[in-house]
Amino acid sequence: MDYSQFLLMTPEVTLALALIVLLVADLVMGNDKSKQYFQTLALVVFGIHTIYNFIQGEISGQQEAFSGMYLTSNIHVFVKNMLNVGTLLVLIFSIEWNKKENSNHIAEFYLLMMSTLFGMYLMVSSGDFLLFYLGLETASIPMATLVALNKKRNESAEAAAKYILTAGFSSAVMLFGISLIYGSCGGSLYFCDVVKSFAATPVQIMAMIFFMAGVAFKISLVPFHLWTADTYQGAPTSVTAYLSVMSKGAAAFAFMIVMWKAFTVSNVAETVWHNILWWIIVITITVGNIFAIRQKNLKRFLAFSSISQAGYVMLGLMSGTSMGMGSMVYYLLVYLFTNLAAFGVISNIEDKCGKVGMDDYDGLYETNPKMAVVMMLAMFSLGGIPPFAGFFSKFFIFASAAQAGEYLLVFIALANTIISLFYYLLVVKAMFINKSNNPIAPFKSDNASLVGLTICTIAMLVLGLISPVYEQLLAWSFGVN
Amino acid sequence: MEITSIAPWVLLLPLCMFVFLGLTSHKFSGQTSAKIGTVAFGIVAILCYYIAGQYFFGSFSVVNENGYEVFNKTGEVYNQMTIFNMEWMKMTENLIIHIGFYLDPISAMMLVVIATVSLMVHIYSYGYMFEHGHFDEGMSRYYAVLSLFSFAMLGLVLATNIFQMYIFWELVGVSSFLLIGYYFFKPAAVSACKKAFIVTRFADMFFLIGILVLSYHAQTFDFDKLNANNAKLVMDAFQITAESKGIAFLGFPLITIATFCIFLGGAGKSAMFPFHIWLPDAMEGPTPSSALIHAATMVVAGVFLVARLFPVYSFAAPEVLNAICYIGAFTALFAAIIAVAQTDIKRVLAFSTISQIAYMMVALGVSRFGNHETELGFTASMMHLFTHAMFKAMLFLCCGCIIHCVESNEMKHMGGLWKYMKKTWICFGIGCLAIAGIPPFSGFFSKGEILTACFENGYKAIYIVMTATAGLTSFYMFRLFFHIFHWQENEEYATMKHKPHDQEWQMTLPLIVFAVLTVFFFLFPGFNNGITATRGEMEMPTNWFIEGISIAVALTGIGIAYVLYFKKNDMPKQIMDKCPELCSFVYDRMKIDEIWYGITRSFIFGVICKSIAWFDHNCIDGFMNFCAWITKHTSYNTKEAQSGNVQQYVWVFIMGVITIVFLAVY
Repeated sequence: MDYSQFLLMTPEVTLALALIVLLVADLVMGNDKSKQYFQTLALVVFGIHTIYNFIQGEISGQQEAFSGMYLTSNIHVFVKNMLNVGTLLVLIFSIEWNKKENSNHIAEFYLLMMSTLFGMYLMVSSGDFLLFYLGLETASIPMATLVALNKKRNESAEAAAKYILTAGFSSAVMLFGISLIYGSCGGSLYFCDVVKSFAATPVQIMAMIFFMAGVAFKISLVPFHLWTADTYQGAPTSVTAYLSVMSKGAAAFAFMIVMWKAFTVSNVAETVWHNILWWIIVITITVGNIFAIRQKNLKRFLAFSSISQAGYVMLGLMSGTSMGMGSMVYYLLVYLFTNLAAFGVISNIEDKCGKVGMDDYDGLYETNPKMAVVMMLAMFSLGGIPPFAGFFSKFFIFASAAQAGEYLLVFIALANTIISLFYYLLVVKAMFINKSNNPIAPFKSDNASLVGLTICTIAMLVLGLISPVYEQLLAWSFGVN
Repeated sequence: MEITSIAPWVLLLPLCMFVFLGLTSHKFSGQTSAKIGTVAFGIVAILCYYIAGQYFFGSFSVVNENGYEVFNKTGEVYNQMTIFNMEWMKMTENLIIHIGFYLDPISAMMLVVIATVSLMVHIYSYGYMFEHGHFDEGMSRYYAVLSLFSFAMLGLVLATNIFQMYIFWELVGVSSFLLIGYYFFKPAAVSACKKAFIVTRFADMFFLIGILVLSYHAQTFDFDKLNANNAKLVMDAFQITAESKGIAFLGFPLITIATFCIFLGGAGKSAMFPFHIWLPDAMEGPTPSSALIHAATMVVAGVFLVARLFPVYSFAAPEVLNAICYIGAFTALFAAIIAVAQTDIKRVLAFSTISQIAYMMVALGVSRFGNHETELGFTASMMHLFTHAMFKAMLFLCCGCIIHCVESNEMKHMGGLWKYMKKTWICFGIGCLAIAGIPPFSGFFSKGEILTACFENGYKAIYIVMTATAGLTSFYMFRLFFHIFHWQENEEYATMKHKPHDQEWQMTLPLIVFAVLTVFFFLFPGFNNGITATRGEMEMPTNWFIEGISIAVALTGIGIAYVLYFKKNDMPKQIMDKCPELCSFVYDRMKIDEIWYGITRSFIFGVICKSIAWFDHNCIDGFMNFCAWITKHTSYNTKEAQSGNVQQYVWVFIMGVITIVFLAVY
């Protein structure tokens, strides 16, 4: 066996090392006194992992390891780096929460978080259904524990139960699909083999749909989304942020790779999944929007907003060109910073005074102008108002779909952005216009959150204006075949 | 220093200053912000001088996009250099917007003008805004916007392509809007800034149409490609030959429409008739910003635009140049007549600015490619742009000093100030002599060349109009001068607590610098070496007959002003009483503003907007409300779907899968 193939797996290897280091450190740091340094150590270790992977050189073209089991390329590595940055931001936002509410389980929090990240890595890089499934499960089972981390709250336990039940169900359906693929596609699970024998027979279509349903559950596409709102609401806010951004982003990218590599023979428009996905996108965006309108709890509100955002992300799949991939990754990048900014504000406020209702945000601008401005920018960016990054990401992803001739779909998506703008502006209205008798008291947030929020804010403001980012992504991307 | 490595900082530094000063306005005191802003702009100015100096007198090269090395000078001819050209936004294969740095003789000259005037205004404002800023954070805001303006103006003149120019064109408009409306608590300032913005935006609409038509056919935004080989690309794209004017639209040649629309954009910024109405009102802004924006730099953007596309105009659309010179001549005379009757000293200067910019436009309009004589107008125009920027900025800054002392803009509150403000008196006098065209001051040379260009190229009628305007110019400028500094001393001065006096050095230094530049302009290396239509050397003929007439006319104007206004007397009043209607008509700026208001209020608002509003209210809003109503009701009626019941979730999940399989297979 050629061990140099492990060199292609640098992100996985360093993450595994980091995990081992922290696991051992947790065992060694037995007493409470040294435990307080664990958080710092974990952040430093993860920071080193992030930076080390960030400064790795470019890969030439698409490479594979272990006879096609593991795929990598620049865009894969970029997605992993993006996940690293996102995770780091979530960790930064949760420092304060860990100290106060989670002081007994700090090590678990970090280790579980990084285990799920490891699963996402495998999912993103998989070239085989089996590795994909393993990645998916590695990403979702520790996630349920993370959701349940807040042991003293019933909601947290309820959310975790709902999550693990539906996740188990969906992975059963997905496994069934994979076994059907194995049976009907010549006894191989490598994407490159499946695509050769995929002839759209009814059994194969059923297998594909079962598989799609399993992944759609992770991305929370309608009608596989019902767990989303309850889980988002019950989970600790930092976990919610992690779920809504990283878990979704990794699954969406992996989904694209699988659909393009395993189920697309020549071009996307002729495939079976094209029409299915077309309808799923329309329903997802619309249902997400319609349900988001009447939400009063901000975490629930963002859950539905993230459902409709997932629909937009899926537009990247429809073209099958490198522009589709580039614009999707760009969308995910922008969405990451934007959504984390929103969750950063929410978790900050929740930490300080425990309020998450939209009514509680009335008059926030009077008392905490900076938080209100960051939240406003995040809402504008999510709604796609120029010149914030969200506008450009929407623009590019719409352009990619329109280039593939999906005019009706783009039109429906555009019409839905108007609805989404309405509810995003509701939050802005609450903060800036509504008056409140009992506003959130002015507070000073901790330095770590401030750093995180500053990074997100800068990213929202300038990401759209620095065109080399998108150009580079476009250069790294590839289309079907 | 490598030009390529320092060039980006010319744009980046002012931009950073804008962001920095804007964000930290509450952290620093106004004076600290002012110092930071001034020092930073000082660095920018040094970079500008260095680049312009290297370009004109040094020798360096850059590698262009085809891989050839381009030197700044080949023989006697200066080359156009693209120092850098960054791809900013790639919309489609052809529609790519670049942000770059383009160096040719006129942009290098503009670098010098902008750097000098802007730096002087930065320094001057430190003294002026300290008293007139009204509030501390206001001064930070002022300096932030000043940086934004410098950034935008530099980006405009250095643009490599017409779209970049358009972007910075709008940024210049925004910063002008912000500075005019600086005193946002004064209703007059608020309405003035809105007026300036709306009028120039209205003209910019034509500019955008022109850009789109031109670049749609030429398939490029780049000035380099548009202008190259006697605008061959444009000629081919529009199928212009010696016999025909090429593609037509509504019976007009399309190229004429496109280039005229582009000129209209320039006419808006450069306050040509009938878009001039915003400039006099723009005087509501702080005086130093008027000196920078509304006298020296922004208002000449239109002239610069025509000069930038001069090969296109000259080869593809000479009829537009004709139109430009007639519009210019009319504007020059018209503004000069109005200036005679104004009593607000800044308004007089505003109208004189309109009139002088019109001179530059006329000079471009009479100029064509061909031989040295026909190309004279181009050089004359650029020369007048330079000299006018210097002496007009000085006059405005002098006005600032006077307003600072007298606390009024009205002439009737002034008189006899020469005793108190010797330095301002001398500088203002030099400025007046320069604008009147008295040798050896700078205005004499540039104005003389413009008149020569008109005369030699056969535009005799325009020559006569421009000479008459020159006479009027010297009359109204000296009317202003005598009225402010002589006439009759205002008794209040003696009793005032702070007697009028020359200002501290921050406010005096810029005056002296500009005065030196105006007086010793004749020592400058010649404009005929480089800043010409062909970028090479050319002879500047001196037609002593024309120069003589222009001096005589100017002296006559000064003489009349001396008789009427040097000492207080009743003659001006007697003359005005003979024709009160005419006087008030001219004082009211010939009612052009009222005509515009009439058109907008009765026609646009009354007829067009009302009907559109009805349609909007009843049809579009109705439809939208209906959609919103449906969305809202669906939202509330589907509450039950999300029950929190896991069994139901799973049921939906499996039903979803089954439905999709069913639909997909059958």
